[in-house]
Amino acid sequence: MDTAWTALALSLQVAGWATGINLVLGVAVGLLLARGRFPGRDLLDTVLTLPMVMPPTVLGYYLLVLIGRHGTLGAWLHETFGINLIFTLKGAVIAATVVSFPLVFKPARAAFEAVDGQLEQAARVLGLAEAAVFFRVTLPLAWRGILAGVLLAFARALGEFGATLMVAGSIPGKTQTLSVAVYEAVQAGQDDAANLLVLITSVVCIAVLLGAGRLAPGRIANRAG
Amino acid sequence: MGLRRITKEVLAAIVFAAAAGCAHAGELTVSAAASLTNAFREIAQDYEARHAGSKVLLNFGASGALFQQMAKGAPVDVFATADQETMDKAERQGLLVAGARQDFVRNTLVVIVPIESTLVLEDLRDLRQPGVARVAVGNPASVPVGRYAKRALEGAGLWSVIEARAVGTQSVRQSLDYVARGEVDAGFVYATDAAVMRDKVRIAFEVPIEVAIRYPIARIAASTNAEEANRFVAHVLSPAGQAVLSKYGFQKP
Repeated sequence: MDTAWTALALSLQVAGWATGINLVLGVAVGLLLARGRFPGRDLLDTVLTLPMVMPPTVLGYYLLVLIGRHGTLGAWLHETFGINLIFTLKGAVIAATVVSFPLVFKPARAAFEAVDGQLEQAARVLGLAEAAVFFRVTLPLAWRGILAGVLLAFARALGEFGATLMVAGSIPGKTQTLSVAVYEAVQAGQDDAANLLVLITSVVCIAVLLGAGRLAPGRIANRAG
Repeated sequence: MGLRRITKEVLAAIVFAAAAGCAHAGELTVSAAASLTNAFREIAQDYEARHAGSKVLLNFGASGALFQQMAKGAPVDVFATADQETMDKAERQGLLVAGARQDFVRNTLVVIVPIESTLVLEDLRDLRQPGVARVAVGNPASVPVGRYAKRALEGAGLWSVIEARAVGTQSVRQSLDYVARGEVDAGFVYATDAAVMRDKVRIAFEVPIEVAIRYPIARIAASTNAEEANRFVAHVLSPAGQAVLSKYGFQKP
């Protein structure tokens, strides 16, 4: 049963890294899309939303072609730095990050758009620098909407399967996350192991969702408007 | 208890809906080992051309995974595996028609490397070379080629060394794909798989194994289309079916 706990630890690690990366990137992109005025903004939004609607296998294939050993980026990374991403935990993190990215930047964009511009204006009039306006006015006002998205992204990253399996494979103790371990156990008819794994997964997901509900009360409903 | 009953009822409803959807006359579902993919596609086309109105639905995967689908109620008419163990399990569970099981081809286990690889591998011991950082091995619990590989490595006292470098795969074709893309340095597949991607992989050596790799085929007892199932099995065993299989490199059983 060690496999199950190792898989849980790996899943948490992957989801943690993916969420951390998405928190920074997603908030930046959300702000850019909410405030920036540039040609191709809608197209950029659409392209970045794709991972939410595209089959994970399609993403997995794109990633293999991009960061695989013969991939454009992968070949360069391998030759220049000796970095190999396929079949590593880093590969799993990349897959989980890409898949859950829209869940962070979309709510972040909506949250920034909902911030009352007059409050920021007032802060500026009172002499705050742009960076201070962002960190002391904009971000605190948008924070809850962002956080709700981040928690959902964490849950999504935790459950990522298709792209992860294609990019990171299924190496017990190295890249075999919970969802991949469930798949393997079911394929092999190991129902006892599968039962334990799905139980752990369900409990973790429920905990995350409860946390999301508590940290951002009413926010999810408000944001939809 | 309550939950279990609800689960059962939901499952029953799904199975019933699936069965109702698939029960067209002349439609046959064949679950076959992943290594049979190319050969069985051609055999099925050939079969459909000979028997107007017949439609063969092919379901490929690791033999162990296909067995699990059936064990949990998937409606399958004909089952073909890459090993005897999986078919034995199906037989023990009463999934097969008694006495209907027959070996129809034989295959060889090989180690392949990407075509551009500069590694010189001549036998299993060479897999210990430092240049072999990753080896694609089917998951022995559900993929026959992985089980054959594990047994051969255990026999050579190398399993613990190679296991640490193994990238587990869900079917022999996934191993083939990983080698073809150069994501692993070597992989265990059947000779017939290597032949499918001659332009991307090359056979380093054939792995000697104690018991020959024989593929059995059988009609499933729960088949609602027994006549058609028997006819398909007979076609696979016929000279026409065997000719296609031998074209793809399978040997006579």
